[in-house]
Amino acid sequence: MTAAAMASDKSAPTRKVQYGSMSRDRAWALRWSYFFLVIFAAFFLLPPIYMFITSLKTSAEISAATNPWWVYNPTLSNYAELLTKPEYLTFFKNSVIVSVFVVTITMLISIPAAFALSRMRFWGSATLATGVFLTYLVPDTLLFIPMFKMFAVFHEITGIQLLNRWWVLLVVYPTLTVPFCTWIMIGYFASIPKELDEAAIIDGASWFQTLTRIFVPVALPGIIAATIFAFTVSWAQFLYPLAFTTSVDQLVLPVGIITTLIRGDVFAWGQIMTGALLGALPPLIIYAFLMDYYIAGLTAGATKG
Amino acid sequence: MAGVTLRNIVKRYGDVEAVRGINLDIADEEFVVLVGPSGCGKSTTLRMIAGLEDISGGDIAIDGDVVNDVPPKDRDIAMVFQNYALYPHMNVYENMSFGLKLKRTPKDEIDRRVKQAAQILDITELLDRKPKQLSGGQRQRVAMGRAIVRDPKVFLFDEPLSNLDAKLRVQMRTEIKKVHQKVRTTTVYVTHDQVEAMTLADRVVVMNGGLIEQVGSPNDLYHSPATKFVAGFIGSPAMNFIPCQLEQAAGALRVRLNDKLSLPVPADRTSRYTAHVGKANLLLGLRPEHITETRPHSEPNQHDFDMTIDVVEPMGMETLVYFTINGIEVCGRVNPNAGAAAAKPMKLRADLSNMHLIDDTTGKVL
Repeated sequence: MTAAAMASDKSAPTRKVQYGSMSRDRAWALRWSYFFLVIFAAFFLLPPIYMFITSLKTSAEISAATNPWWVYNPTLSNYAELLTKPEYLTFFKNSVIVSVFVVTITMLISIPAAFALSRMRFWGSATLATGVFLTYLVPDTLLFIPMFKMFAVFHEITGIQLLNRWWVLLVVYPTLTVPFCTWIMIGYFASIPKELDEAAIIDGASWFQTLTRIFVPVALPGIIAATIFAFTVSWAQFLYPLAFTTSVDQLVLPVGIITTLIRGDVFAWGQIMTGALLGALPPLIIYAFLMDYYIAGLTAGATKG
Repeated sequence: MAGVTLRNIVKRYGDVEAVRGINLDIADEEFVVLVGPSGCGKSTTLRMIAGLEDISGGDIAIDGDVVNDVPPKDRDIAMVFQNYALYPHMNVYENMSFGLKLKRTPKDEIDRRVKQAAQILDITELLDRKPKQLSGGQRQRVAMGRAIVRDPKVFLFDEPLSNLDAKLRVQMRTEIKKVHQKVRTTTVYVTHDQVEAMTLADRVVVMNGGLIEQVGSPNDLYHSPATKFVAGFIGSPAMNFIPCQLEQAAGALRVRLNDKLSLPVPADRTSRYTAHVGKANLLLGLRPEHITETRPHSEPNQHDFDMTIDVVEPMGMETLVYFTINGIEVCGRVNPNAGAAAAKPMKLRADLSNMHLIDDTTGKVL
């Protein structure tokens, strides 16, 4: 190498770096992201799409050996039949009533519970908080048999029948929703600076006023996240209503669909798909409207807000 | 408005004593600053006055009434927190009026008080903003406003300026002093910054290790510290502590710093110090401003000595020089034009009329 070449090398700060590039890194990261996201989306969206396609077919077309991914004679008869069936509307109504009540009950219990466990330092509060979460870890498939037995014994002793009543679900569902919602809220309340309640207390607020006037408004994203969770759980719950309710007028949507639309070995596939699709709409609508709050609630405390 | 009295206040967390029995009388309208290093118990003391912490022993009285078991809201106090603790979902007006609303104060009275406080703090145009739309200094003003509108017996400040940048801190410091001069509410103010303590306080309470080291006016603490801790904590750069011995020579006392250097003790201190002649573990305490360059005219008790300078730090209006005596680094403040240079010898002058003699075993200033 000549002296001149060396000199020019040293005095060339604009020389391109060889070992990497931020924009190239980013481009590759994006390509991989798209690749996996498309696979992911396809995997999870195909079933509902298939449901939708099937819901537009007649029973004859469903059982015919044609391409299952295409509708040759689209019809809305499944929708028309289902929406004019009084049972289906009863299921829907039962589901709405149960879910709304369960969400309300859950919030009325878990918000004060979370506040007490996270803020009012008392003997055993930390242990209790862990205990609340542990109850959530017990699967409902283990709990429904003892619960069934408890309700039967309760009936023997008091004469009050709890089984096969839709409102018993208002007692049963919160065993699933309250622990988890309380846990979410404890986490959210923990991200609220201690000084905020101290300021409120010095300003003259009682514990209850601190909760209602300061914590609830400040923790609204967390509360909405918990609400959505409680709604989803109670709307989609299958095992408990299957075990505890049997009469057609007491059933909620998920159980109602399979008990009335499956007769022995005859499956009304078109109506099952239609019913499931319509049943999935309310949570979908709620998610669409409250998605931003939901994400804000679940990621609270991740960064300094 | 009212005074605050602390009698033998103790705070224990399990086996740890955070506050170990302190006594303090705060007069009506007085501005008292609790200052000390972190963990000295100053914040705990303030929180006990506020009622946010239970007291493990002793009595707290506000306006003559013992409030040990009185909840915070009934103590008629207002507190300003380090991180402001503004309610994020309320605007400035609502933040300031929250306490009054809870007390069911009439609406027009609330309005009058909020507007008056806003005027004092110059935040009238911010009243309908949310806290996150405010700068740090503005938030601090709102937090003070929230305290002022309540017109409490006592203001409590818990390191209110620590979250602000240096320039704003100086500005808000003056602001707080102005507000106190206007509203004259008894104030207890906690800080770890001795400059804040000196500039704001009528009286400074220096705390260390859960105990009060000394209570006094800023000038008292500066010129007559009672302990080595106070002497070292107050003043910046800190006071020099040089190991020394007290000698009696020809009827006069001398402080011997090393083989070559000994300085005569001022005549008016002779009787005070005579008992300590020959004692071990003595320290000579001398502030940097009492070690200067030599000057043509000398006052009594000023003595020149020669030193080789290690480090020079020009500050603009003065220059700090560092040199070593007996392995101890000593700081002096000289005129920028005195020609101080690193590794060069320099003739310095010590003003012993401002000296302190400290017993390092007990930590007491003799």
